[in-house]
Order: sequence, then structure tokens, then C-alpha cells
Amino acid sequence: MIALDHARSASAGRIDVEHLSVALGGGAQTFEAVQDISFSVAPGEFVCLLGPSGCGKSTLLGVLAGHIAATRGRIAVDGKPIAGPGPDRGIVFQHHTLFPWKRVVDNVAFGPKMRGVGKAERRAQAREMLELVGLQGFADHYPAQLSGGMQQRVEIARVLINRPRLLLMDEPFGALDAQSRRMMQELLLDIWSRVRTTVVFITHDIDEALFLADHILVMSPRPGRIIETIRLSFARPRHADLVVEAGFVRLKHHCLDLLRNEGHPDSLPRLSPLGLAPSLA
Amino acid sequence: MKIDVPAGRLLLRAASIGICLIAWHFASTLRLDLGFVSFRNVPAPLEVARAAGDLLRSSKLAADVGASLGRVFGGFLAAAAIGIGLGLAIGRSRLAKDVLLPPLEVLRPVPAVAWIPLAVLMFPSSELSMIFVTFTGALFPILLNTIHGVESVDLRLVASGRSLGGGGRAILWEVVLPGAAPSIVTGLAIGMGTSWFCLISAEMISGQFGIGYYTWEAYTLQNYADIVVGMLLIGLLGMGSSLLLRRLGEGLMPWRRIAGVVR
Repeated sequence: MIALDHARSASAGRIDVEHLSVALGGGAQTFEAVQDISFSVAPGEFVCLLGPSGCGKSTLLGVLAGHIAATRGRIAVDGKPIAGPGPDRGIVFQHHTLFPWKRVVDNVAFGPKMRGVGKAERRAQAREMLELVGLQGFADHYPAQLSGGMQQRVEIARVLINRPRLLLMDEPFGALDAQSRRMMQELLLDIWSRVRTTVVFITHDIDEALFLADHILVMSPRPGRIIETIRLSFARPRHADLVVEAGFVRLKHHCLDLLRNEGHPDSLPRLSPLGLAPSLA
Repeated sequence: MKIDVPAGRLLLRAASIGICLIAWHFASTLRLDLGFVSFRNVPAPLEVARAAGDLLRSSKLAADVGASLGRVFGGFLAAAAIGIGLGLAIGRSRLAKDVLLPPLEVLRPVPAVAWIPLAVLMFPSSELSMIFVTFTGALFPILLNTIHGVESVDLRLVASGRSLGGGGRAILWEVVLPGAAPSIVTGLAIGMGTSWFCLISAEMISGQFGIGYYTWEAYTLQNYADIVVGMLLIGLLGMGSSLLLRRLGEGLMPWRRIAGVVR
């Protein structure tokens, strides 16, 4: 196990969102995906956005990543307004977006390559990141040769190599089976304990949110608003048996009630952090 | 992809070709005439083989094949460079699409062979006019497949590339081009076929040297066996060119071969 000595100082990764609204679509089809949201996240915190499908949580993540523009309100990272995507805010999607034509090591080395780091140096950095996510033996594989869980680990390594202020995750383990999902959750917490960065994690899985987060922002169905902020004080490091403890179960019931009261009988289609297809310029 | 075929099936396939050759042999030696089609002037397989042997020993072969290969690759490479370049621009930029695509769309339905008379008038040498026709034949398949490939690149990959710090040129080079590569190679393979087709037509009409000219000359000189030799050569050259392209594609896209195989 390695600890990264050049981790960011604790001052980076603060998020301030004030009265944010996002309208998607055009003309008569315009709808508000996110409505008048305000919250702040302290540097290095692990925040989960919990809400039903289609509630706009992915849209909010897309705004943080810089792929979707805010319609109204203010959104800033470390005091600077967001203007477009950048390597200081890495995003991990539900299905991996590794480049199929690059070997794992070169996928991870993509960020340093964009900064102009030489080949030997960036590959060495990439191998270090692969070790962090437990994939040191797979550097020369192509993404298609890996399992879904491994692909997401490479994806996390590829984002973290840029030392981002924010790690944005859009239901990253949603496509995995229950067993690998639990494994990935523990692995993510382990990585996060060593590479301290602010994490914004989207999920509609209550157990997942309770297990991972310092803070849960519960969102209502569309248009997405924050209906409650839950502060979690379970000790870290957390392990799988946390989910059967009384405090955990009590909070789970509370979340179920929240989502049930606000829930739609039939859920809306999932939104993407890239907005609606044509809006991606 | 190498699949072992049992010896019995290979034998069956060889026998099938053998039967066709025998049928051809008897149809031509018996001067079969069915009314609507006649084998009276069709040379027998053995005559063709003899003519092919003669051609192989003569110096004519190198000159003709060399002339044709030069024209095909000249036209094809120009079409590849321009087709891929324009295709990337049109696929990536709405402005380029609106400015560049309409005139090309107007010209597209015109078969390249229909360009031959005008091409002869437009270019100072028949050599250039033939290369132009070859170019025209290859351009549209390459262009359209490139556009299609660029437009079908996964937008999530582009977004990821930008989130990882990729600028416009890096995205084009690192994401769009490799993402479109399978489609581009398909376009190149189709373009190679059409450029041979166009070249042979052009050579028959306005050529000196070249394998199409050789075949047409054989007809006018009534060397009927040479016609079939020419036809077979054309087929062989076309097949060789597509094989070359396929190998090139496999070499440039190693991830396509390995995909899905867990070591």
C-alpha cells in the first residue's frame, strides 16, 4: 500500500452552490432539471447526492464537471466560478469511458500527457496510480479485457492522477453486481483515505449513500430540490458490517420515508451529466 | 481470424472449382451456343493458361501492371488524404458541414465513370485524367464513411477527454480519429474497390498501357485468350489491394483484435 506524499493541501476542493437552477431542452420542451439549489461542501468531504431516478442529480454533477451550464445562480469551486470542463474536476460515469484503443497504462497517463509530461515519466505516474487501485498487473491490458469493476478502478485512477479538487462520480457502481459493488465501495473509501479530495457521489441506493458519505443531500423528484441534508458520524474506516448496526438501520428507515413521501409512482428517465444529447456543443 | 476447416470440406471446395473449370472447358471446346449466349469465341482454360504463361515471360506485364498500380495508388492516396481530411472537418464542425457538404452531395450521385469524357477534356494528359477518375471513385466512400465514423464517436469519450484536460487538437487526434478509425478503414476498403473499377473503365476508353487497356486491346486484336488473362489479373490485383488494406487496418487497430479476450 502506498500513500501519495504529494496529496493536495486541505484548502482545495471547496464547493459553493447558491440558488442554482438548470433548464434543459429547448423551446416548448424546456424543463427545469434542477431548481434553486444551495449548499456548500468543505474541502475533502465525501458527499452523496441521493434521490430518485431523473431527479436532476446527474445534471447537478454535469454542472460541477462543466459539461452543462447553469441557467441561474452561482456555482464555484474554491471561489472560482466553473467555466467548462477541466482536469481539476474529474468525472467517473456509470459506464466506463476508457479509450478502447489505449492500453490501461496509457489511459491512466492521458491527463499527464495533456499537460505535456514525457512518456517515461507519465507512465511511471500511471503505474503508481494503478497500484493505488490494486491493478498493477494490468497495465498492458486493453480496457475490453477487464471486468466492469476493474474498468471503473482504472477510470478512478485516470481521474485521480490529475490530483483533482473534486472527484465527481455518477452512479459509478450502478452497473456492477452486488458483490463487486460492496468491494468497490470499500476500495473507494480506502483510496479516498489516502488521496484526500472532495468527492461528490451520485446514487439512488440508500445503503450506498449511508455507507460512503460524510453528508447526504437528499433530492426530490424533478425539478430537483434538496429536501434534507443528513450528517453522518459513523466512525471511519468503515466496514461492511456497518450496514446492520442500529444507527445505520434507523437512518435508512428515515431515508426510505423521505424518498417514499417524495417518490413518484413511476420514475422518470435517467438524466445524463452531459445534458440532453444536442446540448453538448 | 484463423479457423481450421476439416480436410473433407476443403476437398469439396476444391472440387467445386474444378467442376466449374471443366464446365468452362467443355463449353468453349464444344462451342456451346444457347442462342442468347454463345461460347463460340470464348477461349478454353488451357489456352488462357498458355497466354498467361506467355505474358509472364514478356516485358509487357511489368509495364502494364506498373502503369495501373501507379494510377490506382495515386488516385486512391489523394482520395484518402482529401476524403479523411474533409470527413474529419465535416464530422466535427457544423460550419464545415454547411459549407463543404452541399456541393459534394450534388456531385455524389454522378458515377465516377461518367466523369471520363469531361476528365479527358479537363486534364492536359490522359494519365492525369485517369488518375482523376480513380480519385473520384474512391473519394465518396472514404469521405462518407469518415463523416459517419466521426459522428458516431461516443460523446461520453469526448466529454471524458475534455474533463481530463484535452484541448481541441488533442481530442481530434486522441479520441475522434481512433474512434472513427474502424469506419474509415471500411471506407478505404470500399474506395479501393471502386477505384479499381473506375481505373479499368478509364483505361479501356482512354488508356495507353495499363491492365484495362491490355484487356481491351486484346479484344480489338482478337487475342481472345488475353482478354481472360486480363480479367483474371484485374481480379488478382484488386484482391491483393484489399488484402493489403485489411492488414494495414489490423496493424493500426490492435485493440480490435484483442477486444473481448481475457488473458
